[in-house]
Amino acid sequence: MTAPFNRPDAHGYYGSFGGAFIPEMLHRNVAELQARYLEIMQDPTFQRDVDALLRDYVGRPTPLFLAERLSAKHGTQIWLKREDLCHTGAHKINNTVGQILLAERLGLKRIIAETGAGQHGVATATVCALKGLECVVYMGEKDIERQAPNVARMRMLGATVVPATSGSKTLKDATNEAIRDWINHPVDTHYIIGSVVGPHPYPDMVARFQSVISAEIRKQLLEKTGSELPTHVVACVGGGSNAAGAFYHFLEEPEVAIVAVEAAGHGVHTDMSAATTQLGKPGILHGSMSLLMQTEDGQVIEPHSISAGLDYPGIGPMHANLYKSGRGIFLSATDDEAIASAFEVSRLEGIIPALETAHAFAALDQMTFSPDDRVVVCLSGRGDKDLATYMQFMH
Amino acid sequence: MSRLHELFKHKSSRILNVYCTAGFPHADSTLPVMKALQDAGADIIELGMPYSDPLADGPVIQQSSGVALQNGMTIAKLFADLKDFRRDVSIPVILMGYLNPVLQYGFKRFCGDAAAVGIDGLILPDLPEYEYETIYGPVMKAHGLDMIFLVTPETSEDRVRRLDELSSGFLYAVSSSSTTGSGKKMDSVEAYLMRLKGYGLQNPVLVGFGIRDRETFDTACKHANGAIIGTAYIQQLEHSDEVEKATHDFLGSILT
Ligand SMILES: Cc1ncc(COP(=O)(O)O)c(C=O)c1O
Repeated sequence: MTAPFNRPDAHGYYGSFGGAFIPEMLHRNVAELQARYLEIMQDPTFQRDVDALLRDYVGRPTPLFLAERLSAKHGTQIWLKREDLCHTGAHKINNTVGQILLAERLGLKRIIAETGAGQHGVATATVCALKGLECVVYMGEKDIERQAPNVARMRMLGATVVPATSGSKTLKDATNEAIRDWINHPVDTHYIIGSVVGPHPYPDMVARFQSVISAEIRKQLLEKTGSELPTHVVACVGGGSNAAGAFYHFLEEPEVAIVAVEAAGHGVHTDMSAATTQLGKPGILHGSMSLLMQTEDGQVIEPHSISAGLDYPGIGPMHANLYKSGRGIFLSATDDEAIASAFEVSRLEGIIPALETAHAFAALDQMTFSPDDRVVVCLSGRGDKDLATYMQFMH
Repeated sequence: MSRLHELFKHKSSRILNVYCTAGFPHADSTLPVMKALQDAGADIIELGMPYSDPLADGPVIQQSSGVALQNGMTIAKLFADLKDFRRDVSIPVILMGYLNPVLQYGFKRFCGDAAAVGIDGLILPDLPEYEYETIYGPVMKAHGLDMIFLVTPETSEDRVRRLDELSSGFLYAVSSSSTTGSGKKMDSVEAYLMRLKGYGLQNPVLVGFGIRDRETFDTACKHANGAIIGTAYIQQLEHSDEVEKATHDFLGSILT
């Protein structure tokens, strides 16, 4: 049998991507996670605790909604997986609920996180409040400005928000600062990474916590259509956690088209883009070998996207392997296309999507469908946090 | 025998290894800095290859990397600068850098060029031992380059022994769990270094992170073969226009 697409090998590799490229200062913590995450996650009492919080606190299962007017526009069936209805407004909390329970099992009392759009920061601050744990969130200075409501939410939840002022002052730099914090607090701290990036075992651990998305889609689609397999699953990719969760249980089903949508910024062939698979080469960022936007000399390029959650020069190693192997179809949407789609979906379906999610909707315009296709779009989050940006486009 | 082995054969205590980022403070500073360090009494030079995202470094070395990159420093330029450095510099020189730029340069090409100009060893802090053993280690050995691994106070005895076995030249003992230049207290460093000494390791041990003056250097040298100074030296260069004078004054304050 060939290697599965959704799980890495024992060293954390998906094909040639992954691994744990970390300085020795992080070794003990990362090695402990590597040694224990599967045993903890597979423990029935742990699973029961995760399931209970997902049901009673997050509000899972989230609905699978047939978007009729959007379906009519594209001449097919479009189903929306409503992660926007999760507590805190995005899929990010599926992961933070899992990781906070894991941190508890590991006896760690101080939680750190990075955030781009602020959704992961809010989801982390939320579970820390729930568990009474100290929470420090690193966020790029530029993102603090463009996602102000989420900064306020984190503070209200009792988290300390620390601005990252180096580099492009966005998600990459926030992640650097979080990793440096972890190096400086080796004993008491758990780092809740917000996407399927970072050193092994993070990509696999986060993908497993997010895989509840596709597990539910399979069940719901069977109930609603009589078939548990969609023809297409479409999701936006920053680091790739909502996509990993939406794809997870379909990756070994070759008849399901896997569609990942990256942020093209001003356009893939401008120097203001974040379309990593189109522009990147194999390289190491934040502890894993993946595709990376970088110069000839191996310096990381500062990306651009209007959406803070997609404004990242890398991509999780699982997705790099989906790209390289051809298992995934990688599309991209520009800032303008995403904005237009956000308005369109709002008016067709009465749902204001997050800017990140709007990229997934924009990519539908680049695809052709048959009337009896079953297209699932992962509606990763709601757009409340993006109103300031959307307001600039209301004429 | 490598220059590092040669050095430790003749001198086993109070070894001073000084770090400087290549291309800092100015584009053409690299060689003058190296010469000044040798003249002022350094035993080893650790040249940093600047990277845009230096995860294990604090603000001072981050900034020096940023300046060096703005000055146009690249690995290709570094090897061009170092082409004839062995005419002037005879002490061991090691290159320290994050793996990504090295991989983009091409690992084989990198090791070949490093060995050709007279580099003695490498510190690649984010190269894990699994990839070192399976892919990169054999290339380094084929070019006669020493590989220096880091250990920290959190590293278990078994792992210290393993990293010591994989290392040649010396073993880099990080004094406390921190990024560079954190100024964390060195309180427990003596107990940690005595523990390392008790293991009877095959390599000499040099202590880095937090060594910044005569006092911290002396503490490190009590239980190890010497120490590595980075952030404090970069700060001296930042505050002076004269590389030679700044280097002599700073090393003088530590060695005499
Ligand atoms: C709603 C939403 N979707 C998607 C993303 C992108 O992250 P990922 O690719 O990990 O799903 C974010 C990140 O902030 C987000 O808030």
